[in-house]
Amino acid sequence: MVIAGFISLALLFSTLSLSAAALPVNEEAADREELNVKEMILHHLADTYEWQIVSNGTKELTLPLPVILYSKHTGWHFFLSSRLSHGESSYQGFRIGAEGKYAGKIVEIASGGEDVTRPLDLSLTKNAASLLFSSLLLMLLILGVARAISRDPLKPQKGFAGMMEMFVVMLQEELIRPAVGKDYARYTPYLLTLFFFILINNLIGLIPLFPGGANVTGNIAVTMVLAITTFLVVNCTGSKEYYKEIFWPDVPVWLKVPFPLMPLIEVVGLFTKPFALMIRLFANIMAGHAIVLGLTSLVFISVSLGSAINASMTAASVLFTVFIDFVELLVAFIQAYVFTLLSAVFIGLARVEAHPPVSSESAHQAE
Amino acid sequence: MSLLTPEPGLVFWMLLSFGIVVFILARYGFPVILKSVEKRQNYIEASLQAAHESQEELGKVMEHGERLLTEARKEQHVILQETARLKEQLIEEARAGAAAESEKMLEAARKTIAAEKEEALRSIRHEISSLSIQLAERILRERLGNEKEQMKMIDRLLDEVDISKS
Repeated sequence: MVIAGFISLALLFSTLSLSAAALPVNEEAADREELNVKEMILHHLADTYEWQIVSNGTKELTLPLPVILYSKHTGWHFFLSSRLSHGESSYQGFRIGAEGKYAGKIVEIASGGEDVTRPLDLSLTKNAASLLFSSLLLMLLILGVARAISRDPLKPQKGFAGMMEMFVVMLQEELIRPAVGKDYARYTPYLLTLFFFILINNLIGLIPLFPGGANVTGNIAVTMVLAITTFLVVNCTGSKEYYKEIFWPDVPVWLKVPFPLMPLIEVVGLFTKPFALMIRLFANIMAGHAIVLGLTSLVFISVSLGSAINASMTAASVLFTVFIDFVELLVAFIQAYVFTLLSAVFIGLARVEAHPPVSSESAHQAE
Repeated sequence: MSLLTPEPGLVFWMLLSFGIVVFILARYGFPVILKSVEKRQNYIEASLQAAHESQEELGKVMEHGERLLTEARKEQHVILQETARLKEQLIEEARAGAAAESEKMLEAARKTIAAEKEEALRSIRHEISSLSIQLAERILRERLGNEKEQMKMIDRLLDEVDISKS
């Protein structure tokens, strides 16, 4: 969102200078600067092949990123995204799709000309680059903390290491241990990694300046991988009892024998849990980015309404954006926490042990 | 709806980066931190335990000392009493001894005095007797100057002896 915020800021400056220098031609300026808010927001929420650092409408500073493609016809292709930027002519038979199914994606132009296909696209896009950056940063931070702490484990830590230590211990004691149950220690490293991975990507996504600002955890591919990993961890370490309850649950036999109704429901439940995880994180972060983008766009939408309204809308926009940014800070933490908590709960549910056999007497008493 | 369709390229990069992060951090990151924290926790627990134990030990030692002190005080009291008693006794004995000794000395002195008195009396008596003999001699010499007188005397003495014999 925040790249967008930054860009908008750049736009704001350009607009201000425009309105200052060319007050008489305000109308004309407004016409020129007409902004398609929906397109702008969707563009910034989506992934791109190059990393736009700043732009003022006519000039832009972008970081070209490597494009990696595999075409069934012509094999592997490696080149920089600057070759394809902004509707320029195709390069090596590829161009960025303008509209339709593949809008914004690299498509291969078949020899005929009109027919476009999508090659296997492993390009290091903006989100991928941001992912690599945040992963590297996270590893540096955590390994640094681990080294600082293990150097003298008996000394209480101060500063960042102390905070991280407190954070890690809090997560283990307050979240992972109660949710997972008995052998929580086996899952703690994975769950902690999950938490800090989501948190750092959420936070970096909130930073408007260059290395941040990508909508990483608001991208469905990213949350899908996270959800799949949790799904695998949950189901690869599930206990016998867990699988028994799925395929042969404790319900009247007619619910499972002629037509396996209950097992079907349970199996669907297996997949809805990680699906909910995926959608929750994706939707929350994407919505946060979209709100900030929308609020920032108020400035540019209101340009055509005259300078008084524009000025007041600018003030309101900045105030609301700051407020929403604070909310998003909270959301960044909460979503990382919720994802980890639910993963831990699912793991805990998959670690159930057989109920102690209920004697008929106590069953009667219960009735 | 391109927002809702996962891009295979990004899935690949995400798998790669998240896989590496999990591999590295779940092995060298968080377990190290947690182990160190646990180590410190154990250390603190052990230190607390040790402190508690040493405090108990100290309490015991203090109690022991207290007991020793009271015992010593009691003993001191007893010894002091004993000493006082002994002193009293010694003084008493000394006094008795001194009295006996002085009595003895007095006795001796008295004896000496008595003996000397006797001696003196005896010598005085002796003196007196010799003096009286001399006096008697002189008197006799005066009175028996003539024959007659002498004869008379002798007769009387003879008479007296006869009388006493008869």
